[in-house]
Amino acid sequence: MEVHRHLDEELDELRDGVLRLGGEAEAALKKAMRALTERDSNAAREVLEHDDTIDELEVEIDRQCIDVFVLRQPAARDLRFVMSVAKMAPVLERIADHACNIARAVPELNNEPELKNHVRLHEMGVIASSMLAEALDAFTKNDAKAAREVIKRDAEINDLYNQIFHDLIEMMAKEPATATRDARLLFVAKHLERIGDYVTDICELTVYMAEAAVIKHKH
Amino acid sequence: MSTPGQIVAPKFEVARRPVLPPRETKISVADLNFFYGRSQALHNITLNIPEQMVMAFIGPSGCGKTTFLRTLNRMNDVIPGTRVQGRVMMDNQDIYAPGADVVELRRKVGMVFQKSNPFPKSIFDNVAYGLRINRLTSNKSELEDRVATALQDAALWSEVKDRLKSSALGLSGGQQQRLCIARALAIRPEVILMDEPASALDPIATSKIEELIFDLKKQYTIVIVTHNMQQAARVSDLTAFFLLGKLIEVNATEKMFTAPDEKLTEDYITGRFG
Amino acid sequence: MGSLSRTDRTRRAVSGAMTSLTALCTLAAVGILVLILGYIAMRGIGALNLRFLMDSPRPVGEGGGIGNAIVGSAVLLLLSCAVGIPLGIATGVYLSEFGGGMFASVVRFLVDTLTGIPSIVTGVFVYAVIVLRMKHFSAFAGGIALAMIMIPIVARTTEEMIKLVPHSLREGALALGAPQWRVTLGVVIPAAASGIATGAMLAVARVSGETAPLLFTAFGSRFFPRNLNEPIASLTVQIYNYAISPYDEWHAQAWAATLVLMTLILSINILVRFLTRKKF
Repeated sequence: MEVHRHLDEELDELRDGVLRLGGEAEAALKKAMRALTERDSNAAREVLEHDDTIDELEVEIDRQCIDVFVLRQPAARDLRFVMSVAKMAPVLERIADHACNIARAVPELNNEPELKNHVRLHEMGVIASSMLAEALDAFTKNDAKAAREVIKRDAEINDLYNQIFHDLIEMMAKEPATATRDARLLFVAKHLERIGDYVTDICELTVYMAEAAVIKHKH
Repeated sequence: MSTPGQIVAPKFEVARRPVLPPRETKISVADLNFFYGRSQALHNITLNIPEQMVMAFIGPSGCGKTTFLRTLNRMNDVIPGTRVQGRVMMDNQDIYAPGADVVELRRKVGMVFQKSNPFPKSIFDNVAYGLRINRLTSNKSELEDRVATALQDAALWSEVKDRLKSSALGLSGGQQQRLCIARALAIRPEVILMDEPASALDPIATSKIEELIFDLKKQYTIVIVTHNMQQAARVSDLTAFFLLGKLIEVNATEKMFTAPDEKLTEDYITGRFG
Repeated sequence: MGSLSRTDRTRRAVSGAMTSLTALCTLAAVGILVLILGYIAMRGIGALNLRFLMDSPRPVGEGGGIGNAIVGSAVLLLLSCAVGIPLGIATGVYLSEFGGGMFASVVRFLVDTLTGIPSIVTGVFVYAVIVLRMKHFSAFAGGIALAMIMIPIVARTTEEMIKLVPHSLREGALALGAPQWRVTLGVVIPAAASGIATGAMLAVARVSGETAPLLFTAFGSRFFPRNLNEPIASLTVQIYNYAISPYDEWHAQAWAATLVLMTLILSINILVRFLTRKKF
């Protein structure tokens, strides 16, 4: 005998909100990477301009979570869900921030000579994007198993980062004239690596939500 | 300035969630079945109640939690036509064994009721009643001491110490309930059963009772029936969920309310049914 | 405020009419009582004086009074209370505390029937059982007869009053380890005490007006009572005797005695109300 609950509506609203935020972060990342590889300063500017919307979304979700906590006193599964959403929103916002940081580098890079194969930054960006997409999917489906799979892929990004790091340092030593450009690209790689870590956080929250297991700092 | 190898104490206390300490079992119930005439109200209840903790019984109306509570001090005996099967062991004795001393049981297991029920006597006489009929004190000053202690333990002393001879019925609802608690405490039971003790009280009186329970559990084993889940969460260390006369789950309160084991429990706690 | 609608006016009129009607009925009921008291007072006040209240009866023409009757009534009341009230309360307690079984239902039925027996029948019964055996009338027999009338009344009111004591009070005492008898004696009966006392007092007031049973048991006397084994005077019997006599002087005394009796009964009722006002 299920009872109609206002709480259910509010939980659905929260879920929609966080998925929208996730979508925005995904889009920002993709756009920033496209701007980087296609040397498109306009696209980069659009990413930066859109960031305010993303910030507002996060604040709104934050407020909604507090309302649900205080007005509905959720318990058990509902409690874990709202808790996860409340922690996930700032993580998604930070992912978007790192996308902005990448976008900020684009106009500067466009003043410099192009690096012929962007080392493997493009590949890193693709992995990061797909990890984020899969993490959000796992969250929507309450799928802890899928979330754990995504966490494993973080190793790929970390490996790529190390490799790019070495490559770029080598290049900076060999061709000091383009050192600034190389340094910027190194930072872009760093941002992507951080995004990988954040996506891991999202997956940990999904596992907590689905199984009440806390796997932070344990892998 | 520490030297290498020296162990330095951390600069801050790492907050740890208190873990439930291991405790002896005070009351152990095995396969309890209870009947009102032909209809069965409790089905195969098996449960251990540890000492010096608060255990809350939750569940929808009619789930049998109050019936079960009352089997613990045999208060159901006064209702004609009731039948008990199974064992309830306290201090290694079955309280339902033939020849068991019910009066002695009720001295060890006190009860506080949903609606406060002070006797139409003075405040002093109310608290002294249990002491007098059980002849627990030998002279007047000892009686007065015990009454004063009980009233202090029930956090009522300061409000009534100047009017002990006045009628108990002149107290407010919250005070009357604390008086009933003092009355139960005076005979120094080992277990205190509380049947929705705050359901008839306003929020401030309720929180006073809850604070009281928190203090009392240092000395007594407390079992509290409540239909208010937030209260169970605030007050208890362990929670037992009943449904239709069956015990569905017993768990540490914190776990019960964040990640219960049974789906039925979760459905009830999240309000998905009645 | 505008004018009331028609239905409003009708309603108010009907309400007013009904109020007046019930007020009229009340006046009628109270008025009858007032008339009776007033008439008695008027007829009786003439012969009322201190001598009258203290003297025993004298032959016609010599005055005399109802002193012995007043004392006699008091003795009879005391006697009947001593027997009837404890027995009645005990019966009431039994019925309420153990009232579930077959035996209790039978007892309850008998008690109810006893309430309805005409008092003259009680008197004749006591006559046959006690007076004939003792071969003389006595205050003792009169007391017994009155007690037999009191018992069912006291028993029923006691039972009802005890039933009114909330179950939660009993449970509270039981939960403290009190055995059942202690709960009944120490908590339930004190809680019902004022109700029980009211019942007892009302039974007393009722019984103090009985005449017929006394005719067969206490019979009546001209003298102040000396012991319980002798016939004894009572106000009611005295009134009866004086009223059916042919003498005007005695008629006047009957009216005065009636006034005294009414005053006594009224006083008992007022006393009951005063003593049982709510303290706890």
